[in-house]
Amino acid sequence: MIAVKDLRKSFGEVKAVDGVSFDAKDGRITGLLGPNGAGKSTTLRVLYTVLRPDSGSATIDGVDVVADSLEARSLIGTLPHAAGLYPHLTARENIAYYAALYGMPSDRADERVAQVIAQLDIGEFADRRTKGFSQGQRTKVALARALVHEPQNIILDEPSNGLDVMATRSLRNLIRQLKAANKCILFSSHVMQEVALLCDEIVIIAEGQVAIHDTPDGIRNQTGCDDLEDAFVKAITALGIRR
Amino acid sequence: MGPLFGPILFAFVINLSLKQSLGEADEPLDVPVIGQQYAPNLMAYLKSHNINITAAPADRAAALKAVKTGKHDLVLVVPEAFGEELADTIPATIVVISDFANTQAQRESRRAMAALRSYNREIATLRLVARGMNPVVLRPLNIDVVDVSTPSGRSALLLGMLSYFFLFALLTGGMNLAIDATAGERERGSLEPLLCLPVTRDQLIFGKIFAACLFMSLSLSLSLVSFYVTLKFIPLEKLGMTPNFGPAVVVKAFFVLLPFTLLGASLMTLVASFTKSFKEAQTWVSIVLLAPTLPILIVSIMMVRPSTELMFIPSLSQHLLLVGLIKNEPTNILHVLLSVGGTLLAGAILTMICARLYRREGLLG
Repeated sequence: MIAVKDLRKSFGEVKAVDGVSFDAKDGRITGLLGPNGAGKSTTLRVLYTVLRPDSGSATIDGVDVVADSLEARSLIGTLPHAAGLYPHLTARENIAYYAALYGMPSDRADERVAQVIAQLDIGEFADRRTKGFSQGQRTKVALARALVHEPQNIILDEPSNGLDVMATRSLRNLIRQLKAANKCILFSSHVMQEVALLCDEIVIIAEGQVAIHDTPDGIRNQTGCDDLEDAFVKAITALGIRR
Repeated sequence: MGPLFGPILFAFVINLSLKQSLGEADEPLDVPVIGQQYAPNLMAYLKSHNINITAAPADRAAALKAVKTGKHDLVLVVPEAFGEELADTIPATIVVISDFANTQAQRESRRAMAALRSYNREIATLRLVARGMNPVVLRPLNIDVVDVSTPSGRSALLLGMLSYFFLFALLTGGMNLAIDATAGERERGSLEPLLCLPVTRDQLIFGKIFAACLFMSLSLSLSLVSFYVTLKFIPLEKLGMTPNFGPAVVVKAFFVLLPFTLLGASLMTLVASFTKSFKEAQTWVSIVLLAPTLPILIVSIMMVRPSTELMFIPSLSQHLLLVGLIKNEPTNILHVLLSVGGTLLAGAILTMICARLYRREGLLG
């Protein structure tokens, strides 16, 4: 479970995150939706401890990301925006390398590597060097290595970037599987359709602030729009007026 | 590959030049002489000094052309007046035509001139005796030369550049790894996922630097062993040099040069961390690597003696210690300790700076 309270982060003059609060629960899929430059990536980066907030707090399963960042990292599996692989290693070796870095003992690691390869349907190309992999294959391997240590919380930054239809569907299936296993899933996107299909709760962010945080139905009710896209535009505009 | 091919190339080149300079000394030298008939005694003298007199071009102009085009390396011209001048105690002119830009021609003309000079001395001695004087009057000084250098010491003349080569092999052995582990990670986008792992940033950077050190040590040992093997194929004894490069020296040299791996690895990592791509890092690191190797180039020309103060300077101290090993000089423990300590300290400081850099948020760019 992830809890964010009044998070603020500025880069010089720019207020990237300006008082963001929400929480993501276990067994739920929570989506961060917003236009480009809204502060989604920055918020996620604070959560997976690559950036430090100027003020406010964030906890992962109760562990503070600033005070105990090392422990917090062991509780999450992250798919950052740029998730590069090592070209001279095979897919399996890339995943096994991360398993070792997560501190997994080697027999357990071997077991888990085989499991995630099966779960993500990587078996066909598992023993090929990742140089020359397609975007879909890369994302799968990057996901596999983020999940190898069975984290309770999974954070994905625009995971369907550059994926074709089939790859996007299989990603969707995977996320639903993880939800069924009672994991907490938080992902960011600017693609309406994806968020509408998957999310149990949506946090709409614009200009570093939360416009609305509710279930898709709740958002429709609140804004009085049947179409989620209309609701989104209305919520963001309302935020602009409020400021 | 560099560490292996370097010594082989070196051995090949040295062998070739040795063969050139030593081999010729025993063979007869062919010299065309214009006007052989004007100096029969001189010709006989030259023949007795292993110099064959061969047919010559028609005249001086033809001779100049022949030497310029390389048809002959050397032509002697004896003017018609030679015999008369000799008899009248006038310095008798004899012309030596050669091309001093050509090393082969240079060697040949030196041999010919040495023979001419010794003929000169003989005639001069005979003239003094004929005038009732002891030729010894022409030798006021008896110069006694005492050379304190040992055969091992002399080998350092040729092998003094070696430390440059070993340090270079050491640095290039780890260069690609150091660059790939920093600038390469950023370029690939594999840095951010690494930072999401439950490892500290210190652990990450120390791991990268240590990996580079490991590769550098491997490269160093490879180049040392490779040189040890190829040295057996170079007949330096013919030059009066006995290099002291046995197994014991190889091991000692390894431990003398080893501290430099930390310094090299941290320096390259530091430079590469500031660059944005693999290619950019390669450019900058190559420039920066001049700094450790420059002191050696300067010193090998200036023939500096090892002293306690110099032992604090990395790369320079390693070079001086290595030259001392090759010369078979007794080991100065203080110098070794200062060199190792100073170099490790410099490496540790740079490593700490790298760690500081890695803790910054701006690391991701």
